[in-house]
Amino acid sequence: MLEILFLMAFGILIGFFLRGKKRAVFWVEKAILWSIFLLLFFLGLSIGGDELIMASLPSLGLNAFLITLGGVSGSVLAAWATWKFLFNRKKRSTQ
Amino acid sequence: MKTSLIILLFFAAGVLAGTLDFLPAALNGKDMSTLALYLLMFLVGISIGADDRALEALKSHGLKLFLVPLATIIGTFAGVAAIHLATTNLLFGESMAVGAGFGYYSLSSIIIGELHSEALGVTALLANVMREIITLLLAPFFVLWFGKLSPISAGGATSMDTTLPIITRASGNEFAIVSLFHGMVLTILVPLLVTFIISMI
Repeated sequence: MLEILFLMAFGILIGFFLRGKKRAVFWVEKAILWSIFLLLFFLGLSIGGDELIMASLPSLGLNAFLITLGGVSGSVLAAWATWKFLFNRKKRSTQ
Repeated sequence: MKTSLIILLFFAAGVLAGTLDFLPAALNGKDMSTLALYLLMFLVGISIGADDRALEALKSHGLKLFLVPLATIIGTFAGVAAIHLATTNLLFGESMAVGAGFGYYSLSSIIIGELHSEALGVTALLANVMREIITLLLAPFFVLWFGKLSPISAGGATSMDTTLPIITRASGNEFAIVSLFHGMVLTILVPLLVTFIISMI
């Protein structure tokens, strides 16, 4: 697990030196996209071959929907509080 | 938007190939996808480090900008914690790890699938795709009901790319920088938070 975070931190460090080098960044972003394509293909592959997961897809989907519902509702409410009390103060006092 | 569709098509193609079982078992190598994940994380790091837009935004707008991603994180975790009891067969940490994807479905599902289980990886994929779709569809309503920051928070990590055009249309162009900064902060935090929460389960 730690490897992942170290690799990302190492990447950020290297990225600092690549600032403004548009060509290099372009290729890095292309490589990211293709790694994501490949990895999600592999994730799909192992899921498709797993009958247990395939059979439980509806319940996984329902869980996913509930978590999204909770997460989005919570975040728009928090954003509303931030907006009302911190960002919109100037406007309210001039109204 | 087009990229999101291609990503999902690759996933669907994988599922199809898996059910039809026509690819040799050797391709299903776990080691290979672990290596690919390492490579991906390294590359994501480079693209974050090379991008100076977050620092520029911070210079022109100040530390107040951090309040928006902070609100998103607190709101999301509070909301997921509240709804966790309604989910079935999930541990509290598992629900939170899925929620910590903040719409970044590609990375969060890959990390969770790799470090935890494929079933939870799929849950993360579905949940975070839904987060992006909900934001795309409801952004104008969120602005009406919850103010101009709300579509940014709803979009999570996607507020820097896929949902950015919808957000600026709903909240106004002056929110482009807030949205961009918010998305970048969450993009950096998603792998950190997801990995951390998974390690706590």
